[in-house]
Amino acid sequence: MEKKLKVAALCNGTVIDHIPSDKLFKVVSILHLDTCLNQITLANNLESAKIGSKGLIKIADRAFAEDETNKIALIAPNAKINIIRDFLVVEKRELTLPNEIREIVQCANPNCITNHQPVTTRFWVLNNDGEIMLKCHYCEREVKRDEVKIK
Amino acid sequence: MSNKSLVSISDYSKEEILSILDSAADFEANPNRKTLDGKVIATLFFEPSTRTRLSFETAVIRLGGSIIGFSDAATSSSSKGETLNDTIHMVSCYADAIVMRHPLEGAARYAAEVSPVPIVNAGDGSNQHPSQTLLDLYSILKTQGTLENLTICLVGDLKYGRTVHSLIMAMSHFHPTFKFIAPDELKMPDEYKVFCRKNSIPFTEVSELSDNFNDTDILYMTRVQKERFQDLMEYERVKNVYTLKNAMLENTKPNLRILHPLPRVTEIDPDVDKNEKAYYFRQAQNGLYVRQAIVSKVLNLK
Repeated sequence: MEKKLKVAALCNGTVIDHIPSDKLFKVVSILHLDTCLNQITLANNLESAKIGSKGLIKIADRAFAEDETNKIALIAPNAKINIIRDFLVVEKRELTLPNEIREIVQCANPNCITNHQPVTTRFWVLNNDGEIMLKCHYCEREVKRDEVKIK
Repeated sequence: MSNKSLVSISDYSKEEILSILDSAADFEANPNRKTLDGKVIATLFFEPSTRTRLSFETAVIRLGGSIIGFSDAATSSSSKGETLNDTIHMVSCYADAIVMRHPLEGAARYAAEVSPVPIVNAGDGSNQHPSQTLLDLYSILKTQGTLENLTICLVGDLKYGRTVHSLIMAMSHFHPTFKFIAPDELKMPDEYKVFCRKNSIPFTEVSELSDNFNDTDILYMTRVQKERFQDLMEYERVKNVYTLKNAMLENTKPNLRILHPLPRVTEIDPDVDKNEKAYYFRQAQNGLYVRQAIVSKVLNLK
């Protein structure tokens, strides 16, 4: 019972659940929630049977589109998205990694043009024999998913 | 892509590659014409590369076009802090196409995205140098009569040498067999071996340069650079072992030709120069015709 009281119920909006605790503020930044004027509830270090310790975000009166929330698939692939209307979950969805990732990743190659000039980064998501790699659209270097630097 | 820029060899299909080589042969037969009359081509060299710049500029001048540009970033507005975006926009007010060399990887792709006129990549850091790749292909085609089913030995710095990486990509259309010969420090990176396996291209890998080229059609040499080595004693050893000598060519096929992107240092002994199988100087000359074909293609002239 006490667990439920920790986060107030949402009337309308989006709930992002099962965010790994150490990725919560990255998610905030990727979705630009730091400049969003809606009511936002953040919770972190909640107990989770699945991932041990999780974060959770509730954004009131805003239903995020799929291509917006998929941006966080790179860092929180197991996060769950719930769209709420009149206190009811009207849509539940999982994240899918898009084919192209813009802006949020920094190229690991120090000699890449994107690290020297005001260029929006672009990466192609590749599957090399089961291993997810990101290939820079500009310098064409590939990095493994878990070695990616988030801006 | 909104314009016809050439940034990477992978931008061109097999058909486009073959049509460039066809057009280069035509320019070789008659390199002096007036097809670029009234056109202005900018050569923006943010880092010096005399060989490539002179080749492009000669290609344009022999077709009747004019050249503007700079050969060193120190004399350009980028030394005042102008962004690449602004330089490209400014130059595109004056020129019909831009040939660009830049020390940063990805600079050419970015320039092609912001430029209203076509960009020809003349080298972006250690990434791509497609006109070199096309002139390598032209040299192979000219000396072998075909690009199909050839055995190609790549020798030297296979780790950092962008010319060998692009050559693998470009040759993948033509069923090659590769031999990679490199010291352990400079072995072919995994991603290119994965590429070969995915495309069913057979390859073997050895670390010593021996005289075993009996089945080879093309021997592609590259420079082993001192700055790539942590251990300078190792460099001295490799430098002496990785020298191609005339005697090593004794039992090779009559059609074998030796290619090198130049400049060479010690990796080809001068005694090889007189061998009719040495093709590296002619290879450089082929660059002129291939660059005439490239500039004409990006301007939709041929």
